Amino acid sequence: MSAPAATSGPTDPTVRPRRRAKRAPAVRRVSAVGPLSIGIVTLWLSIIVLLPLAAVVVKSLDGGLDQFWDAISNRQAVAALRFTLIVSLVVTLINAVAGVLIAWVLVRDQFPGKRFVNALIDLPFALPTIVAGITLLALYGKDSPVGIDVSFTQTAVALALLFVTLPFVVRSVQPVLIEVDKDMEEAAASLGASGPTIFRRIILPNLVPAILSGCGLAFARAVGEFGSIILISGNIPFDTQVTSVYVFKQIESDAPISAAAVSVVLLFISLVVLFLIRSLGRWGARHER
Amino acid sequence: MSAERPGLRTSRPARYTLRFLALGYLAVLLLIPLGVILYRTFEPGIGEVWASITTPAAQSAFQLTLLAAAIAVVLNTIFGVLTALVLVRGRFPGRRFLDALVDLPFAVSPIVVGIALILVYGQTGWFGDALENAGIQIIFSWPGIVLATVFVSLPFVAREVAPVLREIGDDQEQAAATLGASRWQIFWRITMPAIRWGVAYGVVLTTARAIGEFGAVSVVSGHIQGETQTLTLLVEQRFQNFDLAGAYAASAVLAVIALVTLLAMTLLNPRKDET
Repeated sequence: MSAPAATSGPTDPTVRPRRRAKRAPAVRRVSAVGPLSIGIVTLWLSIIVLLPLAAVVVKSLDGGLDQFWDAISNRQAVAALRFTLIVSLVVTLINAVAGVLIAWVLVRDQFPGKRFVNALIDLPFALPTIVAGITLLALYGKDSPVGIDVSFTQTAVALALLFVTLPFVVRSVQPVLIEVDKDMEEAAASLGASGPTIFRRIILPNLVPAILSGCGLAFARAVGEFGSIILISGNIPFDTQVTSVYVFKQIESDAPISAAAVSVVLLFISLVVLFLIRSLGRWGARHER
Repeated sequence: MSAERPGLRTSRPARYTLRFLALGYLAVLLLIPLGVILYRTFEPGIGEVWASITTPAAQSAFQLTLLAAAIAVVLNTIFGVLTALVLVRGRFPGRRFLDALVDLPFAVSPIVVGIALILVYGQTGWFGDALENAGIQIIFSWPGIVLATVFVSLPFVAREVAPVLREIGDDQEQAAATLGASRWQIFWRITMPAIRWGVAYGVVLTTARAIGEFGAVSVVSGHIQGETQTLTLLVEQRFQNFDLAGAYAASAVLAVIALVTLLAMTLLNPRKDET
């Protein structure tokens, strides 16, 4: 590191600092990634992700805006989208409550088998969605051993969505709950606050960003879900038909423009949710204390 | 220090109520259904199950699933690590856009993925004529299934590796660079050993997702038994044909894979956080 000082020597004091100032960043800023890597990654993502999604958007406009509008304002499509959004919202709200509850019990409670329960939370991520559907049907279908048959109802769709979206809120709240500073809780308790008050006023505000981002992921997943629903919903138009299954049926009946148009609506919803989650993440990072 | 503090003290009845509610929810939603399906699967006897998962159709479905998963894992690991490096270490215009693009497969419906691939590579798609002239079939054939699998499992490795890279910083990499190491040497001697558990965790998630994908694969597969049928598609077909025992048996294979995945995640997770 002393090389520049040795070459310039002490005889020329005006040059030395300038040279060092120029050199230092040159040595520091060795980038681990070259332009080639950036190019490869851009190409890879463009071919695999961007190109197909662009094709959907272009196809949806093949017949002009009129046909696009006809496709998405079709009564059956609107009914499916309405049901999809409502059921996803309900499922997301249930997740917000159940997810915080489960995360709380996993972090603050001690009981035998806790590690097993903790591992179980990830099961819906690991289990293929079609198996999730069949699994729920085995207990809540027409051969139910407990006499509860919800197959082909809206409840069944909600149940399937609750199954596949379970981990999102739990897994986003859990790490935050572990990190929460307990001094404030102690202080509040010493001032006479009750348990529920401490939770609502002290703990919950810390969890809100994590709950929101977990809910966003769960909602995005629920809106697009297909595998776990297809067997359990019965796909009854104007009743249990969700948008993804509607799109699937459009492809099967060879109506690509209609399928693409409704897909664009789904795509738009995913983009909006993704954008909100990312803004929330950036906001959270900026306000981190 | 704060870990030893009890924090909010819940009364005993309150604690038991919360525990009962949380565990009850999990039991009703996850554990009991899983128990019922495992019981139903093995009710006819292990011999029946074995016969039903070793039929030619099941074997070919198993092979296709493994092939698609293997290709997806290799591609998504190589490109995933590179993507994470570029996104964390790179400074270039459009970085945020690429960053958002990586997350898209998480948010896009699998059905949309399927139709998107048809619109690009299908008979009437963008490259339809060119592919037909070259004699290559992608949609309704195994390359389409591979493409769909690659798409849906794309983000996992990149998303697991990126935070690790951010965490370790680039001091060691910079030091190695000043000592004259090439980028290749830096990657294999400094970066890779630091991110290896993150990569392993990402690979596990990629594998699970790749093996379990149904929606996107269902659209592009064409459902040709013995040719373009994956394990998840076999489960659906058997179920639709009222072959419940067969569907349960094939599901059991997938469930076992899922449980192995879960075990691997549980073992890898603490090591991942060590780095």
